[in-house]
Amino acid sequence: MTTAANNPAIEAAGLRKSFGEKKVLDGIDLTVPQGTVFSLLGPNGAGKTTAVRILSTLVAADGGRARVAGRDVVAEAQAVRGAIGVTGQFSAVDGLITGEENMLLMADLHHLSRREGRRIAGELLERFALAEAAKKPAATYSGGMRRRLDLAMTLVGRPQVIFLDEPTTGLDPRSRQTVWDIVRDLVFEGATVFLTTQYLGEADELADRIAVLHGGRIAAEGSAEELKRLVPGGYVRLRFTDQDACRGAAVALGEVAADSEALSLRIPSDGSQRALRSLLARLDSAGVEADELTVHTPDLDDVFFALTGDSTPPAPPTPPAQPDQPTRQGRHTEAAR
Amino acid sequence: MSALSLAARDAYTMLRRNLLHARRYPSLTLNLLLTPIMLLLLFVYIFGDVMSAGLGGGGADRSAYIAYIVPGILLMTIGGTVVGAAVSVATDMTEGIVARFRTLAIHRGSVLIGHVVGSVLQSVLSVVLVGALAVAIGFRSADASALEWLAAAGLLVLFATALTWIAVGMGLASPNAEAASNMAMPLVLLPLISSAFIPADTMPGWFQPIAEYQPFTPAIETLRGLLLGTGIGDDGWLAVLWCVGLAGLGYLWSTALFNRERG
Repeated sequence: MTTAANNPAIEAAGLRKSFGEKKVLDGIDLTVPQGTVFSLLGPNGAGKTTAVRILSTLVAADGGRARVAGRDVVAEAQAVRGAIGVTGQFSAVDGLITGEENMLLMADLHHLSRREGRRIAGELLERFALAEAAKKPAATYSGGMRRRLDLAMTLVGRPQVIFLDEPTTGLDPRSRQTVWDIVRDLVFEGATVFLTTQYLGEADELADRIAVLHGGRIAAEGSAEELKRLVPGGYVRLRFTDQDACRGAAVALGEVAADSEALSLRIPSDGSQRALRSLLARLDSAGVEADELTVHTPDLDDVFFALTGDSTPPAPPTPPAQPDQPTRQGRHTEAAR
Repeated sequence: MSALSLAARDAYTMLRRNLLHARRYPSLTLNLLLTPIMLLLLFVYIFGDVMSAGLGGGGADRSAYIAYIVPGILLMTIGGTVVGAAVSVATDMTEGIVARFRTLAIHRGSVLIGHVVGSVLQSVLSVVLVGALAVAIGFRSADASALEWLAAAGLLVLFATALTWIAVGMGLASPNAEAASNMAMPLVLLPLISSAFIPADTMPGWFQPIAEYQPFTPAIETLRGLLLGTGIGDDGWLAVLWCVGLAGLGYLWSTALFNRERG
């Protein structure tokens, strides 16, 4: 069961899967190094769950190959199962029995001794703040508690590779934060995490590498920073109180995108101190004063919209932990491929 | 550990889970016991005199009629109990927990084996309870030997195993618990059109084949023969064949359904 340290934790080439006429995955290549967080990002129905189900041996791909923890997901499925932990999108706890019984059930299924099972179950229940509720039926748990129990059950076998399919969907911000902390801990302890999410902020927060899944293909892959570089850079937006000032500034600054109705200018800029100082100096020398100045750096939202050419936001009404950023009205729609 | 002992260990773990469910939520099992108990009391105390009058050609003899219907009632108890297996399998499949089991390095069949063994044990318990009630209201075996008792017990377990595998298949084929319960209804209704309450040869001629060519009638006749000393004839072999056939069919059907991919 030794995996060479430099072998990727997950390796997939040309994964294809259709359900009837519907092509869900149309040639997916993935490489996830050990000890990293990989995030598969995409809107509902993009095929994220199907990818997880193939990699976790639940369904067979129509084409392509995949290795997880150095084993082939089809030919060596049982060995792969021994190395992975999966938390699906839908709660995989037994609601009829207590949280503790759920944990002990997992310990038994991992063939741990009674003592070892009790020790690990107790430890994880404690760590996931479930010790108090341990003797209550899981069906009585809140959504956040169920999710935590679900994760705790996944960790009983000390998996090397952990699949989390939309682990924070439907959770309140505090529970979401807890899940994020858990993911960071797991990676710190050496596990590899494969995470799907529809929240751009979540991928930005957690993932070492992000792949954007669109139309059954990987539209782009890289670190959050690399992805952000894919869209045109940031800009400074200047707003003016009157038409003359706006026009004056436009003349002073040369080639800029002007929106005369909104009395605003958009100046390409990396948002650095130097760039801002030179911009302000040019405005000063032209004798115009801007009413408001905002700096916009591209975020994953921009990347996502640019890559998918989709104008509807993939995130639900309350996306998690959006960093303070200018509103989305300055989005570069022309950046779509 | 060898593959076989690992498989046994996983199946035992699953069995414990199912028994825990049954112990924690006994209402389903107990509800399923109501039908055979009600029918036993109804047929003995309400219909008993009339039924028994038509039975032996002689006068009304309620105790003879108790003896006649108890084997059928016991097998009907099994038919009722396995409905619970169909329901709990269907419920299990709608929960994410089974998807989790599929991603573990455990013996694949252990989930189903746990259900089957659990349901057979519940059937045995139910048969003991209903049997005790039957004895309490006057059922006595006609000097069955120890071997005959053993054979009767073996037949009941075999029958329970056969019906459970079929019920598990029904549970897997159903989208939810309600559908599973409906699909398994024939297992409760079949004894009503068997020789459980009246001899098959007293039924209308066109109906007799329906009563004869189904699993309950030979099993009931065999049980009757073992406990009451009536003739068994070909029914013994027929009962065993039915059981083995149904168990094999149910097993193949269930494992095929369980291993199919759920998109």
